[in-house]
Amino acid sequence: MTTEEIYAQLKPIVTTYLPEDVSESDITLDSDLTRELNINSAHLVDVVLDVEDAFDIEFDNADMERLRTLNDAVAIIQKKIA
Amino acid sequence: MNRVVLTGLGVCAPNGTSIPEFTDALKNGKSGLAHYPELADLNFSCQIGGIPNVSEEKKREYFTELQLRNFDSTGILYGVIAGMDALKDAQIIVGGEDPLYNLGIIMGAGTTSVAKFRESIYKIDEGKVRRLGSTSVPQTMASGVSAYLGGMTGAANMVTTNSSACATGTEAVLLGYERIQSGKATQMLCGSTSDGGPYIWGGFDAMKVTSYKHNQEPEKAAGPLSDLASGFIPGSGAGAVVLESLDSALARGAKIYAEVLGGAINSGGHRNGGSMTAPNSDAVQRCILTALDDAQIGGDEIEYINGHLTATIKDPVEIENWCTALQRKGSDFPYINSLKGMTGHCLAASGSVEIVSTILQLDGNFVFPNVNCDIIHPEVVALISEEKIPRSIIETSLKTVAKASFGFGDVNACVIFRKY
Repeated sequence: MTTEEIYAQLKPIVTTYLPEDVSESDITLDSDLTRELNINSAHLVDVVLDVEDAFDIEFDNADMERLRTLNDAVAIIQKKIA
Repeated sequence: MNRVVLTGLGVCAPNGTSIPEFTDALKNGKSGLAHYPELADLNFSCQIGGIPNVSEEKKREYFTELQLRNFDSTGILYGVIAGMDALKDAQIIVGGEDPLYNLGIIMGAGTTSVAKFRESIYKIDEGKVRRLGSTSVPQTMASGVSAYLGGMTGAANMVTTNSSACATGTEAVLLGYERIQSGKATQMLCGSTSDGGPYIWGGFDAMKVTSYKHNQEPEKAAGPLSDLASGFIPGSGAGAVVLESLDSALARGAKIYAEVLGGAINSGGHRNGGSMTAPNSDAVQRCILTALDDAQIGGDEIEYINGHLTATIKDPVEIENWCTALQRKGSDFPYINSLKGMTGHCLAASGSVEIVSTILQLDGNFVFPNVNCDIIHPEVVALISEEKIPRSIIETSLKTVAKASFGFGDVNACVIFRKY
């Protein structure tokens, strides 16, 4: 799967968790999920569960620690589905 | 000490999920009870109950899509609807940028978010604890309803949940009253909520305290004080009121529904006839008398009682306790009714839903019909005149009224309201 294909699936998942004052157009591959997109840190685990369902993979604790930006998510997903 | 008044009402009941709908149901004796095939499939003796009818559209008037994601708590749903409606009714502006340090919340609950809890337990037992995500804790913690309301409003005084079985709602109002009276808060959103359905009601079914005799005719199930009453019908929902210091209400020109004149909370200590499931009558009378003392009025001033009266064989005992405490009987007894014939016994929510009904009667000068009570229990008739239990609506001016709730654990709460 290309980065673009993964990003296309990732973006709507992240959009679900955006607070009201952040819009979908603010999302980029470099966006920090909690610091820039202001996603509640408690919701990060929900983002991960949705990603796991979408790509049929599982994040371990180390993956969770690494996850800061959408780019990080793409890299983890690419490694898992390879 | 501050005088305390009531300036807002909200409700989510089996027979009405807004104040106008609920008021109309009260006046017309409209039942919110229905037959639930799920209960029959699960071998319940009592297959009927009271569940508020909340559409998906209505949910979205109170919750965002994100909040509704993996949301499975009817108790929080009902509590938020009642709570937010009460604040809106009081015309208190909430949800702004800043914390509201003078607004507190006491929304009580019994067993809370049981559907979410069940889902979580199954996942844990399957070894999938990580699949709980972030939504399990906020919904299954006892204070979930108050925490949701806190986030939606910005309330930043005491934000808590009390729990005292079927006395919870009345207790919540009294705790809020004391907090404002002592000057620790200016406004308090008080009430209670209860989930419904098999996982809440099952234990009561097993205890045989619900009725198995009306499964085919839920809207006609024998009501409180009826000679046919054979057990309560379980209900669910939420009620909420806004309490406020009189000074604050006057300063902002709020509509004042009533003054909280006083009240009392006690327990029978599981002694002298009291137990986990039965009240100590001496403690019940003491609670009523202490409430009158606190309100600085005599028993002769009570014009209407909103009873706890659940439609069990214990209803006559409650009437006897009122007679003894107020020292009134026969035609001298005040009007009395019980909402539970229309809504079922809303358990932890009963006190608050019934307080909302009490205030609507006080404000609207009527006494709603005590439904499904064609023949009054002979032990009740021996104590008070039949006309004191309206079977159809009575239009009458009301000034001073009492509401009491009694709960498992031998706990009691009684509150006195007076028109301001």
